[in-house]
Amino acid sequence: MLLIHCPYCGPRDETEFGYGGEADIARPLEPEALSDAEWADYVFMRTNTRGRFKEQWVHSHGCGRWFTMVRNTVTHERGETGVFGGVEPEADG
Amino acid sequence: MQRYSIFSLARNALTGHRNWPQAWRSPAPKPEYDVVIVGGGGHGLATAYYLAAEHGISNVAVLEKGWIGGGNTGRNTTIIRSNYLWDESAAIYEKSLQLYEGLSRELNFNIMLSQRGVLNLAHNEHDLKEMSRRVRAIRGNGVDSEILSPAEIEKLVPAINISRDLRYPILGASLQRRGGVARHDAVAWGFARGADDRGVDIVQNCEVTGITRQGGRVTGVETTLGPVKAGKVGVVVAGHASVLAEMAGLRLPIDSHPLQAMVSEPIKPVLDCVVMSNAVHVYVSQSDKGELVIGAGIDSFNSYAQRGSWHVIEGQMGALVELFPIFSRLRLMRSWGGIVDTCPDASPILSKTPVDGLYFNCGWGTGGFKATPGSGWAFAHTIARDEPHPINAAFSLDRFTTGALIDEHGAAAVAH
Ligand SMILES: Cc1cc2nc3c(=O)[nH]c(=O)nc-3n(C[C@H](O)[C@H](O)[C@H](O)COP(=O)(O)OP(=O)(O)OC[C@H]3O[C@@H](n4cnc5c(N)ncnc54)[C@H](O)[C@@H]3O)c2cc1C
Ligand SMILES: [Zn+2]
Repeated sequence: MLLIHCPYCGPRDETEFGYGGEADIARPLEPEALSDAEWADYVFMRTNTRGRFKEQWVHSHGCGRWFTMVRNTVTHERGETGVFGGVEPEADG
Repeated sequence: MQRYSIFSLARNALTGHRNWPQAWRSPAPKPEYDVVIVGGGGHGLATAYYLAAEHGISNVAVLEKGWIGGGNTGRNTTIIRSNYLWDESAAIYEKSLQLYEGLSRELNFNIMLSQRGVLNLAHNEHDLKEMSRRVRAIRGNGVDSEILSPAEIEKLVPAINISRDLRYPILGASLQRRGGVARHDAVAWGFARGADDRGVDIVQNCEVTGITRQGGRVTGVETTLGPVKAGKVGVVVAGHASVLAEMAGLRLPIDSHPLQAMVSEPIKPVLDCVVMSNAVHVYVSQSDKGELVIGAGIDSFNSYAQRGSWHVIEGQMGALVELFPIFSRLRLMRSWGGIVDTCPDASPILSKTPVDGLYFNCGWGTGGFKATPGSGWAFAHTIARDEPHPINAAFSLDRFTTGALIDEHGAAAVAH
């Protein structure tokens, strides 16, 4: 089980969290201008990095907030966590 | 190739089994091949075998970074069945089951296919309705499938808890009698031996580190044993598909997740069919050695670590013991993980790619062991003819652009 550091609540067991997959997949701003191939890329294609991977988690059984975390997908070593909107929380991280 | 038979067994017994020939050679890679297959799991070895056996293409190398069958092929719970919902899936999984039925003979290698039946449990009204729809669709495709009542289930599996007091009582089940299990290592070894006999080079401890291209066409691969030129390259690396795709500048709709399985201490025969439950999520069979072989679900997060989380095993055991209270005092002997390549529609990709001469076979996720011969057979055709066989045409990469997905999330019932 992973130990996940919620930027709002601190370190908690993985079972408190939901997984949101790859981070930074931005919804297209002009959907009607997208080709089918671009839609396929947005909806389905994934980087699936072997190594340092930026992903999103939600603290479902805690504060309920989404955040990003960098994790090495080979060693499970934890990297930096980040919050959405750029406002850093005050709690321990 | 020395044929295996009762006579060769007797002959070798006389010399203390010291003179058995090697089942396949261990050659160094040649500088150039007609076809290079990346990945020596069951699917890669089957592809090489059928390239040689069905298409007369034997100037082929299988490049495997570890040892053959050491990936998901040697880590799975070996459940085989073909009772999938959609026509496209029925065609390829049933082809595979039919090939399995003749495989020991074809390969002169006992793959220990045991068609002991695969039971899928229903635990509520909705499960039952869905199951009857499914069974009708499956039978409509000519695949055997039937529905059992709780009384019939109890007769088939006396150890199961059929009581109505369960939190998720067993209300019925579907059964595919031709489903069952096979020996996973033997499938890899049998295909390896057959391919080698037809001239295929099987090169172990040879990791592919790059895919070389020129003007939109593949020209070969870079490996830890040096460059190897190839007219065509087929990539069959399961959980590492995205890594190989990146080497060729491609993107795939694949995420890699850990999937765990485990075995109990061996006990006397108690379970002679495969039991699977979607709702409580467990699948279990008993091996010839007497161990219960139990499969878990995937870990939610992406990983290449070949190990999963403890809480997943805990959940698995909870489900198993609920269905079979009799198993509660057994000890687990081993657990392990593999890295599975999950695809958004829970169906595989066997496809040409935008790079000429480069083909991908991946996305089998949690359930590709049952497809090993069929997948190799169809992929060999795709590579040899540079076009898919009708049974894998629908499993192309461009279905994610056209939207013609083959949604098998329900059919798989559980991860397996
Ligand atoms: C725990 C578990 C239980 C399962 N249970 C079932 C089940 O009951 N029934 C079922 O049908 N399916 C099951 N599956 C799924 C099944 O195991 C797979 O879908 C199937 O075995 C995939 O076969 P493969 O040959 O494609 O992959 P693998 O056997 O994984 O082979 C891929 C090979 O590629 C090699 N490779 C990777 N990268 C490189 C590189 N760069 N260069 C060279 N070689 C490389 C790897 O070392 C590996 O040997 C299960 C899987 C797991 C993990
Ligand atoms: Zn929190």
